[in-house]
Amino acid sequence: MKLQKIIEGLALEVKTKTHDLTKEVTGGYASDLLSDVIANTKEGNVWVTIQTHINIVAVAALKELSGIILANGKVPDEDTLKKADDEGMPIMITTLPAFEVVGRLYTLGLRC
Amino acid sequence: MTCRVEFRVDLHIHTCLSPCADLMMTPCRIVEKAASLGINIIAICDHNSIENVEVTKGLAEEKGINVISGIEVTSSEEVHIIGLFRDMKDAIKIQDIVYENLQPGENDEKAFGMQVVVNERDEVLDFNKRLLIGSTRLSVNKIVEIIHSLCGLAIAAHIDRGGFGIIGQLGFIPPDIKFDALEISHRITVEEAKIRFGEYSHIPWIKASDAHNLNDIGRSSTDFFMNHSTFDELCLALKGEEGRMVIL
Repeated sequence: MKLQKIIEGLALEVKTKTHDLTKEVTGGYASDLLSDVIANTKEGNVWVTIQTHINIVAVAALKELSGIILANGKVPDEDTLKKADDEGMPIMITTLPAFEVVGRLYTLGLRC
Repeated sequence: MTCRVEFRVDLHIHTCLSPCADLMMTPCRIVEKAASLGINIIAICDHNSIENVEVTKGLAEEKGINVISGIEVTSSEEVHIIGLFRDMKDAIKIQDIVYENLQPGENDEKAFGMQVVVNERDEVLDFNKRLLIGSTRLSVNKIVEIIHSLCGLAIAAHIDRGGFGIIGQLGFIPPDIKFDALEISHRITVEEAKIRFGEYSHIPWIKASDAHNLNDIGRSSTDFFMNHSTFDELCLALKGEEGRMVIL
């Protein structure tokens, strides 16, 4: 599944400008502990979190994730967004809570 | 050449003001316990508040123990950062900023515990109603910046803890944050810490008890070799200035 399909399916707002939305999404992961994300995500996963610190970009890039979805109305810090654009890491936002986001991703066919 | 003296230092102790701390953690008992263990310097670091610091300072003075004004601030990322200050006026300044930015809500004593402000006779002065267990909307970066603007020491608390430790919450220590020290908790040995956190060996390390109970005090402490028992000497010792040093 392409990231673009997820963006449309969940009506996500894309905050980054420099990114590749045609990336293949291999699955999903939800967590706000970045050490846990480092330990347990797989390449190409889309990550659902409410953590907005700049380190989310480094962690997502390190694990070669396909993108970050900030749930529950969270918006990326300014430096986070800048780094995401530098790294080409898509950040999407939504007012849906994380539980709802994950449920909808699952309904779209995405798995862990 | 001034003779360096060894001071036993525990820079992370909670009082009964922290909701998660034992109610026996009153300033009188903390000071007595520290004195009985031969600890020379302690820092009182309650969650998001300094309201029991001054009373502890007064009590400790009589026992020859130096109390550093401290606070353990919870960042927006739920990272615990310790701020230590030269005097009360700077500590009050950070408390004002923390209170302004603390998650709104009232403490639920049944769920989180009581937040007791006491006097020098361990008598209850007040129950702090704020949600001290909560987090502030200040980022880690901002908190460290604020501490430094008040000439304080910024220490990343219990970096070996999964929850509330900076590495657990943020995956790694952002290189642009200039911590004055990293705290290793009682949970791991220095040898284990060297293996796990070797990449951060350029930052000074301390060990502290993070005491929430009287018996926790001193379970983990740091020896500072320095000239006097003062905040400024602690700062110099962390930097290893002129032969001063910190031994874990």
